[in-house]
Amino acid sequence: MKVMAQMSMVMNLDKCIGCHTCSVTCKQAWTNRAGTEYVWFNNVETRPGLGYPRTYQDQERWQGGWELSKRGRLKLRAGGRWSKLARIFSNPKMPSIDDYYEPWTYEYDMLLSAPQGEHTPVARPKSLISGEDMKIEWSANWDDDLGGSTATMQDDPVLKHMSEHVAEELEQTFMFYLPRICEHCLNPACVASCPSGAMYKRVEDGIVLVDQDQCRGWRMCVTGCPYKKVYFNHKTGKAEKCTLCYPRIEVGLPTVCSETCVGRLRYLGLVLYDADRVTEAAAVQDEHDLLEAQRSVFLDPNDPEVIAGARAEGIPDDWIDAAQASPIWALIQRYRVALPLHPEYRTLPMVWYIPPLSPVVDVVGSSGNDGEDPRTLFAAISQLRIPLEYLAGLFTAGDTAPVERVLRRLAAMRSYMRDINLGNEPDERTAAAVGMTGGEVQEMYRLLAIAKYQDRYVIPTAHQEIARELEEMSCSLDFEGGPGMGGAGPFGSSSGTPVPVAVENFHALKSRQTADRPSSPGRVNLLNWDGKGDPDGLFPPREGPSSAPGPERGTGSGDTSSDGPR
Amino acid sequence: MTSTWNVLLWVAFPYATAAIFAVGTWWRYRYDKFGWTTRSSQLYERRLLRLGSPLFHLGLLLVVLGHVVGLVIPESWTEAVGVSEAQYHFVATWMGSVGALAVVAGLLILVYRRRTTGPVLLATTRMDKTMYVFLGASIALGAWSTIQTQMLADDGGYDYRQTISPWFRSLWYFQPQPELMAGVPLPFQLHIVAASLLFALWPFTRLVHAFSAPVPYLFRPYLVYRSRDAAISSRQNARGWDPTGRPDV
Repeated sequence: MKVMAQMSMVMNLDKCIGCHTCSVTCKQAWTNRAGTEYVWFNNVETRPGLGYPRTYQDQERWQGGWELSKRGRLKLRAGGRWSKLARIFSNPKMPSIDDYYEPWTYEYDMLLSAPQGEHTPVARPKSLISGEDMKIEWSANWDDDLGGSTATMQDDPVLKHMSEHVAEELEQTFMFYLPRICEHCLNPACVASCPSGAMYKRVEDGIVLVDQDQCRGWRMCVTGCPYKKVYFNHKTGKAEKCTLCYPRIEVGLPTVCSETCVGRLRYLGLVLYDADRVTEAAAVQDEHDLLEAQRSVFLDPNDPEVIAGARAEGIPDDWIDAAQASPIWALIQRYRVALPLHPEYRTLPMVWYIPPLSPVVDVVGSSGNDGEDPRTLFAAISQLRIPLEYLAGLFTAGDTAPVERVLRRLAAMRSYMRDINLGNEPDERTAAAVGMTGGEVQEMYRLLAIAKYQDRYVIPTAHQEIARELEEMSCSLDFEGGPGMGGAGPFGSSSGTPVPVAVENFHALKSRQTADRPSSPGRVNLLNWDGKGDPDGLFPPREGPSSAPGPERGTGSGDTSSDGPR
Repeated sequence: MTSTWNVLLWVAFPYATAAIFAVGTWWRYRYDKFGWTTRSSQLYERRLLRLGSPLFHLGLLLVVLGHVVGLVIPESWTEAVGVSEAQYHFVATWMGSVGALAVVAGLLILVYRRRTTGPVLLATTRMDKTMYVFLGASIALGAWSTIQTQMLADDGGYDYRQTISPWFRSLWYFQPQPELMAGVPLPFQLHIVAASLLFALWPFTRLVHAFSAPVPYLFRPYLVYRSRDAAISSRQNARGWDPTGRPDV
């Protein structure tokens, strides 16, 4: 037994309202740069739908993840080491920019600088890839809220695995949102695909990262990841991916997507697992056994043997405490309501989901029945095959039994707590019907519905007896305009030592905010003006010979008519 | 006069370009690992790349192999194992021609792609364009040499292994023999000059990705684990910021 700790996430899909706040704040924090315009480390997909990039779940086409060889051994679906090297000059299975979407901006400047004319000026969309005018035809959430789904929905790879009549009815019956980040898998196919060895899983917390100094841009990781959550920065020529906001996690803060989540649906915490059994669990024969196999890899943090093993591996005691208090452990193993996304890819993903009960409740409610009555709900769960089959396609490789068990638990919690809210005696039979006690149901209710900040995020700080936090202060190259400060390296913007992300974003934002008119400099964005002084462009240039800034500016600036030296 | 030129061209010049090549590569690796990449443009366009890139690169591997055999292995060695000059010449010319054909076709496809695909052209730096000129010149002059002095020649072709190869080896053991190069046909001379310039340019272009051929991938375990300590930063700690808990040295 080799005990390792994994920082992982659970998302409670019932609470997701599809507001995309997580996506937007993540983008602002991480991919707000040239070369990553099309990149969303966090995206929210409407299901059923095509996803981002389009049809990424169709592994027949994209060849992501692992599969079993004829002899029952794990192999990369896109080919092993030799075949990777043979195809290194042109990766045949990499999505192109059209499969994501062509990023664009609008010609806002035109609104301000167009000459007076008969027609109102318009801001036309301009491609951020080619700089040309473009027609916007797709984006990262084009089919949001099933928009346009009548035209595209039949291409949803999950739907394709379901029976035909199901697809027809679906539009009327249900819809839900699926927020996605990198899965930080226990058996990451992207890491295995990297020819340069630049991708790695961190020993301490299991976060999967790309070493930007070692990445050589071979692009095999993009193919390897079945979730298509490794992206190619076309400006720097390097792979980039969700970092689980490791600079925040290391100091005990939740990720940006979690922190800003409006529905408070994300949970962060540690899971202890047995690293020696990862390959074995990923290689079980039947896809339907993968869920249980992965669960069996997780170790009970309260088991004295596990604690001793963790200490032997050098896991600090406060991390063991955090693992015991982990909401992830509770949701996955104690209440067993969380399920992994596409376990059939055999990567043992570590961002799990609580499937939504709301589609079922909605149907029951709209049919005039009591959406909180346990018997009605239980019956509806097993009768509404469509949501069940679809959720099973996402979370359990098509096996509806585990999804049904989860939904029944959620339904039981609803009914049980309704009685308490109404002041009735809670019905213990409801809890017992799903194999829980009333006390457990109430605990689960606290974690899922009350969901206090400190219960949702149990993040131990990193043990680093080194001055790492000071890294961004201590480089001698970081003088204003120096190579560390957003300037270009010797070979243009893609060269030089990597700039700390905080510094890079600060400068990108600063230059963008202060340069709202790229083609005609000299205007000030008042939203960013701190009220001190009068920067160039705050006032229109003076007419006549005194237009050169004089030393008196600011004292007698109201007097625009005086045009001689005083 | 001729001999001064000879020494300049066939001793000083190759050593200078080799020095730039070596020091430049070291410097780039030391200071610009982040810029060390293939700078792939596959994201923008993949159909032409699918055809052109493997054609060019695999052809190039064949050509490089041919150069190594032709320049490094002395004629006496191949004769010692019973390969006559005529046999060697036949194989070399044909293998070389196949390689050259693939390289030229691949390069033409890639350059066409670069010119006509908007985003790819936008992503092309000035350094890329300069590099393409020297790369194209080296390849064109090499092809010209082969066609004129090997394929079109009646007398079995020009035996560069009597002149160019010994000269090349003489540079390596620091006993340069520029006089060997005096009578070499013009296309070969131009090819060598262009290639030397390309090597001088090499460290400062995307060509550095050739040194990153990921051979170790074949031998490493699939999953890579790294400790936070090891992966801590690309940056050395500045003086005075040494981690605590270690004895002062």
